[in-house]
Amino acid sequence: MHDFDYEAPVDLDTALRFFAERNGSARVLAGGTDLIDQIRLGRYAPDLLVDIKKLPELNVLECQEGGLRLGAAVPCSEIYRNETVVSGYEALVDSCRIIGGIQVQNRASVGGNLCNSGPAADSPPSLIVLGARCVIASAQGQREVPAEEFCTGPGENVLQQDEVLIEIRFSSRPPRSGSHYRRFTPRNEMDIAVVGVGASVTLDETGERFVDARIALGAVAPTPLFAREASESLTGQPVNDETIARAAELAQQAARPIDDMRGTKEFRIHVTGVLTRRVLAAAIGRARGEEEGTRIGH
Amino acid sequence: MAKKRIVTTTINGKETQFLCQPRQTLLEILRDDLALTGSKEGCSNGNCGACTVLCNGKAVNSCLILAVEAEGAEIETIEGVAPVDGLDSLQDAFLQQAALQCGICTPGFIMSAKALLQEQPDPSEEDIRFNLAGNLCRCTGYDKIVRAVQDAAAARQQV
Repeated sequence: MHDFDYEAPVDLDTALRFFAERNGSARVLAGGTDLIDQIRLGRYAPDLLVDIKKLPELNVLECQEGGLRLGAAVPCSEIYRNETVVSGYEALVDSCRIIGGIQVQNRASVGGNLCNSGPAADSPPSLIVLGARCVIASAQGQREVPAEEFCTGPGENVLQQDEVLIEIRFSSRPPRSGSHYRRFTPRNEMDIAVVGVGASVTLDETGERFVDARIALGAVAPTPLFAREASESLTGQPVNDETIARAAELAQQAARPIDDMRGTKEFRIHVTGVLTRRVLAAAIGRARGEEEGTRIGH
Repeated sequence: MAKKRIVTTTINGKETQFLCQPRQTLLEILRDDLALTGSKEGCSNGNCGACTVLCNGKAVNSCLILAVEAEGAEIETIEGVAPVDGLDSLQDAFLQQAALQCGICTPGFIMSAKALLQEQPDPSEEDIRFNLAGNLCRCTGYDKIVRAVQDAAAARQQV
């Protein structure tokens, strides 16, 4: 493996200084489940890895009045093991339970999944539909970027050389809200999405009308996609087969997939429609407090 | 070359110090420097789980952890599973159910199953299959492995 140095700072300022001084030759090490493999394969050749797992700001996982704060280094399994903290953010939990196997979930963080910026990554659609904001820090200060604007291409994102994603913030969930993430894969576990769909809905007091909806797609474009038209088509509409089918059609129109070993373009567009309907139905069921019919990974 | 580091960990209950380069994985150090060759190298990218060890009680792929990251951690490998006077109930159940053929995947399966039974003493078949999804076996077809874990869970409940 390529030779590199290793630092594990315990305060954020020191960590940010490494990135300010290294001109892009330093990389963030969180769970390492993508990065170590990528270095081994020669995709990256950093001079320095900065382990961020000892930074308190990046390990925060708490639900306050303002919403959920998720530090960028918190591993996936910590998220679903803290069910009360993340209750209401069901799509996030759905994603964390299917990223890799248990061994990967015990190391890999949602922040790392986002920063790796794979088009088929399982957490970004959930972050997008839950309205997450990415808190980015550098020695110069901090800025926030909405989750749907974070990724800019396969393996590419808005982070500058001197910047680090430190936290993902979510607003508190309105009453009668529900969310879900599901992907299509040949195998239930340990697979990469052919298509992934996330949805979040908020219903009115009758539970029969959408107050708000957000739909996001994975693996059907160079980046995770916020399906804006599909989402907005549901606002104020009744909950029924027609409105859901219309949203699914609009989601299919937003998809611009490629043919590859995991599926053809035509198949991916078809699956986008099927999954959007199913994921919306599950999110609606959760918003109504109905009993769960879905199993992990299915 | 990057400066070597001295790392202090607890491995199978024993405080252990080793010297490593930052680029060396925990798996390399376990196998090549500490002669703990029970953990296997299969894919080296986190798919096969043959290198699974417990790090602070949680199953992890030792091929995707740098040895320097193990500073202060409690590591348990397959070598630490058996009590001095015999076998762990999981090892026993794997033998009874013939849950292995070539055996390369077995240490990883036993470590993953151990972590599962610590968290869920009475897992369903689906729980077992889901939790062992990060371990690949190309010989058995998995059914015997699942039965072995079910037997081990039952045996542990009786103790």
